[in-house]
Amino acid sequence: MDNSLKSVTPRSSEITPEATYFSRRDFLKTLGIASASAILAACAPQGNKSLSATETNRGVTAPNESGLVDELGNPANSFKDITNYNNYYEFTTDKEGVAAQSVNFKTRPWTIEVGGLVNKPGTYGIDDLLKFEQKERIYRLRCVEAWSMVIPWKGFQLGDLLRKVEPQASAKYVAFTTLFDKKQFPSQGSPFYPWPYTEGLRLDEAMHRLTILATGLYGKELPNQNGAPLRLVVPWKYGFKSIKAIVKIDLVDQVPSTLWNTISAREYGFYSNVNPNVDHPRWSQHSERRIGEFSRRDTLMFNGYESEVASLYSGMDLNANY
Amino acid sequence: MANRRTRITSTQALIHFFGWLPFVVTLIQVMTGNMTANPIQAVEQRFGRVAIYFLIASLACTPIVTLTGWREPIKRRRALGLYAFMYAALHFTVFVGIDYGFDLQQVARLTTEKPFILLGMTAGVILLALAITSFKWWMRQMGKGWQNLHRTIYLGGVIVVIHYALARKANISTVSGDIIQPLVIGFLLFTLLILRIPAIRRLASNFRQKVNASRMFYSR
Repeated sequence: MDNSLKSVTPRSSEITPEATYFSRRDFLKTLGIASASAILAACAPQGNKSLSATETNRGVTAPNESGLVDELGNPANSFKDITNYNNYYEFTTDKEGVAAQSVNFKTRPWTIEVGGLVNKPGTYGIDDLLKFEQKERIYRLRCVEAWSMVIPWKGFQLGDLLRKVEPQASAKYVAFTTLFDKKQFPSQGSPFYPWPYTEGLRLDEAMHRLTILATGLYGKELPNQNGAPLRLVVPWKYGFKSIKAIVKIDLVDQVPSTLWNTISAREYGFYSNVNPNVDHPRWSQHSERRIGEFSRRDTLMFNGYESEVASLYSGMDLNANY
Repeated sequence: MANRRTRITSTQALIHFFGWLPFVVTLIQVMTGNMTANPIQAVEQRFGRVAIYFLIASLACTPIVTLTGWREPIKRRRALGLYAFMYAALHFTVFVGIDYGFDLQQVARLTTEKPFILLGMTAGVILLALAITSFKWWMRQMGKGWQNLHRTIYLGGVIVVIHYALARKANISTVSGDIIQPLVIGFLLFTLLILRIPAIRRLASNFRQKVNASRMFYSR
C-alpha cells in the first residue's frame, strides 16, 4: 500500500529515504561490525538502488565526520549536537540541559497501549516493538523555532504497527500520548502546560511510509533526551509533532487535541506541515538555520519531502489548514 | 576635589564588573565552541536577556531610594541604562549582521510583518535616543524636555517585556506555555512602575521614615 506512491519518478528514486539511508556502507564503516548484521538484514532488499544513491551523494557534499548524508546531500549532524540540543519541555526548557536531566529516565519496563477504533487492540512491551523491521532513515528535522538538523534515525514504520491492530473503517485520526509521571518529568508539575504531551496525525499521514516510530539514532539505542524508548518522527512536519516517550496510541474518529494546539491554536495548527509560505504568526518560517552552519538556508516546502507527501494534501488550502 | 571625582565606589566597580562579564564570558564561550549547538541564536538571546536585566536594574534605582533611603543608586542609574543600551545594541547587531547576514531587505520585511520584531526595534530606538542624550550637556540643552524624553523608558520597559514574551513558545492571552521568565520580569517591572506613582511613593517613603524613626528609638 505504501509503496504505490505515484510521485516517485526514476529521478526521485534518489530522494527516497530508503535510498538515502543506504549510505549505510559508510555507516557500517564508522560503526564497525557490531551493529552490522542487524542493519544488513533490515536493508537487504534494496541493495542496488542504495549504492547508486550513495555514489550520487558522495559527489555533491563534503563528508562530515560520520560520512552520512541525506538524500539531498546534506551531511548528518553530529551525535553530540543531536543529543545535546533538545526541546523536551517535560525535563526543562533549556535545550542544553535536557541531556543531563534525562540521564536517569527509566525506559524499561515500558509498555505502549494501542487501542481505540481497532479490531485488535493490544499492549506492547517496547521489546515487542523492536521486532518490527527496524530501518535506518536519515531525515531532516525542522523545528518550528526555525532551526534544523539532519538525523540518522533507526525505527520502524508506524504503518506496520497500525496494520497489525487493524484500524476500523471509522478510524480517521491517530492520537499519541507521552508518559505522565511528575517524578520523572519534573516540569509536568508546571501549571502552564496541559500535560501530558499529546499529538495527532490523520490516519493516512500515520500510514505514510516516511512516518516512523524511532527507537534509535546513529545505530545506537535512542538516547533518553531524544525521546526514548519510542518517539514519533514525521519528517515533513515541524519537530513538535514528533512526540516523545510514547505510552499510548489511539485510533479515533475526531481530530485529537494536541498540547501545542491547546496552548495556541492559531500558532500551532493540527497539520503543522513545514511550509515556508505560511508564517508562524509571530516569526518567519521562510528560512532556517541548520545546526552547524553559519548562514541561514531557505526552508523547503514540506521540509523537502514534497514529492513524497504533497499528494496527501491535494486540493487542500494550506493557508487555512496550517 | 580632583581626587574625589576619580574615586570609584564599590557599587560602581560592581556595576562595571557585571557590565562586561556577560560580554567577556560569551566571547570566551564562542571562541572555545561552548556556546551551544546553535551559537548565533544563543548569543543573540543572551544579549537580549542581559539588556533586559540592566534595564530592570536601571528602573529599580528610584524605587530603591524610595524604599531604603540609600541614595547611591541614583548616581549609578546612567551607567546601568548605558549597559542596557550596549547589550540591546549587541542583540540588534547579532540579529541583523550575523543571524540575517545583513540581509536588510529581509530584516525590513520582518520588521513590518512581525509585531514581535517591530516592538524590539521600537524599544531599541528608545534606548538609542536615551543613550545619546544621557550626557550632562544634553540635559542642560533640553531642560524640561530631557526628563520627558527619559520617561519614555517606562514605555520601553513594557515593550521589551512583551517582545520577550513574544519570542517564546508561549501564549500571553492564556498565560500558558514557556512564559515563566517573561512573567517574572513583567512582575518586577510592574512593581517598579507602581512604586513611582506619587501616592504610592509617598506612602512607601513615609513608611520607611517611620521604620527608621522607631529603629532609632530602640537603638537608643
